Amino acid sequence: MSTLAGYFSYAVTIFLLVAGLFIIIARGNLIKKMVGLGIFQTSVYLLYIAPGKLVGGTAPIIAPGFHVYSNPLPHVLILTAIVVGVATLALGLALAVRIHEAYGSIEEDEILEQDNADAGSKERGG
Amino acid sequence: MMVVTVVALARSRNLFAVVVLFGAYSFLMATVLVALDAVDVAMTEAAVGAGISTVLFLGALHLCRSEEAKPAHRPLIPLALASGVGALLVYGSLGLPAFSDPTAPIHTHVAPRYLNEGPKETGVPNVVTAVLASYRGYDTFGETTVVFTAGIGVIALLRRRNKNKAEQS
Repeated sequence: MSTLAGYFSYAVTIFLLVAGLFIIIARGNLIKKMVGLGIFQTSVYLLYIAPGKLVGGTAPIIAPGFHVYSNPLPHVLILTAIVVGVATLALGLALAVRIHEAYGSIEEDEILEQDNADAGSKERGG
Repeated sequence: MMVVTVVALARSRNLFAVVVLFGAYSFLMATVLVALDAVDVAMTEAAVGAGISTVLFLGALHLCRSEEAKPAHRPLIPLALASGVGALLVYGSLGLPAFSDPTAPIHTHVAPRYLNEGPKETGVPNVVTAVLASYRGYDTFGETTVVFTAGIGVIALLRRRNKNKAEQS
């Protein structure tokens, strides 16, 4: 039983990762894809932070009376990852807005249809 | 609860509801991070994930349509692919150390040195700050570069749009 509980955090991480991956692949809407990417990222945060925790420890702020701290290194790495994630998100959403300006749609199917129609008319014209 | 939110996220077609659910999901994730003793990360996640991301999403929704079209085909292939990746990850996670195992490599490598010598060497009691700003300062430098590049990209993408509009009118 204790071994099963020991792997619970990995199970949650893997479920979130699979859900994020599924949203990215299965949904044609570009903004929905960005949400899926966000869920994928948070699952990676959990993957890094969860092993750093020690039961009975406290946050890694040195104070008298405490001897067990959680590992500070993953926290630092994930702080950087969160900020980089928001930068990627902003860039992706800007791309989606630009695509909406050019095609009038943020659905993958409609964009592909328009592209195919353009290529077909060009072939007929030339 | 997080699992329920994610399932609702995947099923909902109204993008506004999706964005609000994503904000709620970020707050839940921040709560989990507090429970895992990562207070700095939880604060950043609550401010950035639930705050700035939601504002960015709402801004993008304002400029686009907020309703998602019905998918043309059944999502069987993506489901199979995602489940396959999940199965591989489960297989991989069997080789990882159990939760909160003090003898795991993550707790015996550099972490004890940071915890023991960090306050003496940097004078900062918060070890996360000490490592972020002092030991791994180059990471923060690279992060700033990434954010700067992303900012340039966003400006380049959206500025061209305004110029086109001005030419049309």
